[in-house]
Amino acid sequence: MSAKTLYDKLWEDHLVRTDDDGTGLLYIDRHLVHEVTSPQAFEGLRMAKRKPWRADAVIATPDHNVPTTDRALGIADPVAKVQVETLDRNCVEFGITEFGMNDTRQGVVHVVGPEQGLILPGMTVVCGDSHTSTHGALGALAFGIGTSEVEHVLATQCLIQKKSKSMRISIDGLLGAGVTAKDIVLAIIGEIGTAGGTGYVIEFAGDAIRALSMEGRMTVCNMTIEAGARAGIVAVDNTTIDYVRGRPHTPVGEAWEKAVRSWRNLHTDEGAVFDREIQMDAAAIAPQVTWGTSPEMVVSVLGNVPDPAQEADSTKAEGMRRALDYMGLQAGTPIREIPVDLVFIGSCTNGRIEDLRSAATVAQGRKVSDKLVQALVVPGSGLVKAQAEKEGLDKIFIEAGFEWREPGCSMCLAMNADQLKPGQRCASTSNRNFEGRQGKDGRTHLVGPAMAAAAAIAGHFVDVRDL
Amino acid sequence: MEKFIKFSGILAPLDRSNVDTDAIIPKQFLKSIKRSGFGPNLFDEWRYLDQGEPDKDCAGRPLNPSFVLNDARYRSASILLTRANFGCGSSREHAPWALADYGFKVIIAPSFADIFFNNCFKNGILPIVLNEDTIDNLFVEATRNEPVELSVDLQSQQLVTPSGETIHFDIDSFRKHCLLEGLDDIGLTLQHSNEIRAFEERRRETAPWVF
Ligand code: SF4
Repeated sequence: MSAKTLYDKLWEDHLVRTDDDGTGLLYIDRHLVHEVTSPQAFEGLRMAKRKPWRADAVIATPDHNVPTTDRALGIADPVAKVQVETLDRNCVEFGITEFGMNDTRQGVVHVVGPEQGLILPGMTVVCGDSHTSTHGALGALAFGIGTSEVEHVLATQCLIQKKSKSMRISIDGLLGAGVTAKDIVLAIIGEIGTAGGTGYVIEFAGDAIRALSMEGRMTVCNMTIEAGARAGIVAVDNTTIDYVRGRPHTPVGEAWEKAVRSWRNLHTDEGAVFDREIQMDAAAIAPQVTWGTSPEMVVSVLGNVPDPAQEADSTKAEGMRRALDYMGLQAGTPIREIPVDLVFIGSCTNGRIEDLRSAATVAQGRKVSDKLVQALVVPGSGLVKAQAEKEGLDKIFIEAGFEWREPGCSMCLAMNADQLKPGQRCASTSNRNFEGRQGKDGRTHLVGPAMAAAAAIAGHFVDVRDL
Repeated sequence: MEKFIKFSGILAPLDRSNVDTDAIIPKQFLKSIKRSGFGPNLFDEWRYLDQGEPDKDCAGRPLNPSFVLNDARYRSASILLTRANFGCGSSREHAPWALADYGFKVIIAPSFADIFFNNCFKNGILPIVLNEDTIDNLFVEATRNEPVELSVDLQSQQLVTPSGETIHFDIDSFRKHCLLEGLDDIGLTLQHSNEIRAFEERRRETAPWVF
């Protein structure tokens, strides 16, 4: 038997059938659902008089549209309210478990899934959301799909797929102090570009990945989609198994023992061949800050805003000029001299407990700069919020001048009331710095949670390692 | 789904790379629970000078004169010509819904983002990948004074330019078949229900903890 990659194993384990032209029908173990990309899929089922193939494989929670202020007041925006209520109604009608807006287990769907033990190693996981790639951190094959595919998975528990090419990105060596998973993934995207992973499933490997916590691995896999890849995965090891153990939906007793034995096989075999291999040195990665309107427009915090005049590729140079114009930045400006108006700490990239701890360490005993309009901390889920409060992190943030909010996507995409105003500049722990992402004409710089907290304190970007 | 066989339309050049789905249809329009009606808000932030809202009537809004779709030559375009990595970012199928609702049937680019590419086929839009040189030439043609009309023949996988030049494009055979026949994926998959059930039984044996 030839050596297999982890992706080969996950793919083969879920293949129901293959057509002559290589198109596969892939069985889906877990389907996550949120309010934005599902209403049209449920409507499609209804119109075709179809039922979910396995309602028990589906879990729903509203996250994109929910307010992060007092939930007792309900949702003020009538259009958003209809969408959230439509999810509630669809879940009742189709027999799907939902963590509703007022459930403590509610939160950003990609934070909630792993937290509940609903995502297990070896599963196939889909959601009508590109950041489904997050779950690859658990050794699962997880990717985002469109609404038609949401309907397809609801109706058939399967997805029509072609196998992707395989890439391994190995990050070897030791990460410097103050450098986090977010910096690793931003550096990777800076290196391979936002289309560098298109057509691939990426396995992240190497000592620096092994040394990451599950939270950190989720941050890396989360942003795999920002490199254009279908999915990101990390092999199962003790960190994975320790993370999964004892969660509400994790198997117990004999089933647990059997599961662990099977999960131990979820790694790439010695000698397996990838279509592309990339090596990076962990020690060379500094804290990263994006300067433009695409996650690949990223530099070290010690660097300067780059100059389009020095870019040989004219289409690229034009894109850079447009980005600088949109961002209101001059080429050559040191990153550490860029002032920020707002800070957002949260999202499925950096809204987990470890992220809040890392931001709180910086915030402790310090004050948010009075130059800031707002500094928001939005936990990824109700349970993250509860845990943070148990540890007193909420107090640290509030004393420093941050606002402590209810869980949801919030300013990551600004579908609710949390938005940038035109021209405002935000240090954000989310994953996208596209034009208008956090509000029309708003300007986003992506950073890790400690870097965001440090920028809030200083009023401009600073190297968190200097604190 | 409607069958896609042959099609001719005006080419609109959108000279940007990495056009993301947030730009194609901004988030505030994602609150709709319908599949239709997104066309007037396609590229909303680039197309209009004011801020678009879901309940705002677009008819009287100030247009951005420098945006390509507001150029008289391209108003009735149904083929979009663009640059690399089109459709990156969010998985929102609202992006192809908005493009289709506006009237786009074909999108030509050197590369597409993966999820967006998939979503196009589900909505009767044909995304065509051509090499950079061919794309550069098409941009030159499309920016002449007169609008350029292209014909697309899916069966023979060819584009025909006004000068009569033919350009071959590749397409996955399964996707081509589905577009040509206007097939519904779900119906196709359900023809394999027995196989899915048999698979499920085996998986219950080998990995009972996922159920
Ligand atoms: S937190 Fe942001 S990226 Fe994550 S699911 Fe919500 S909107 Fe999407």
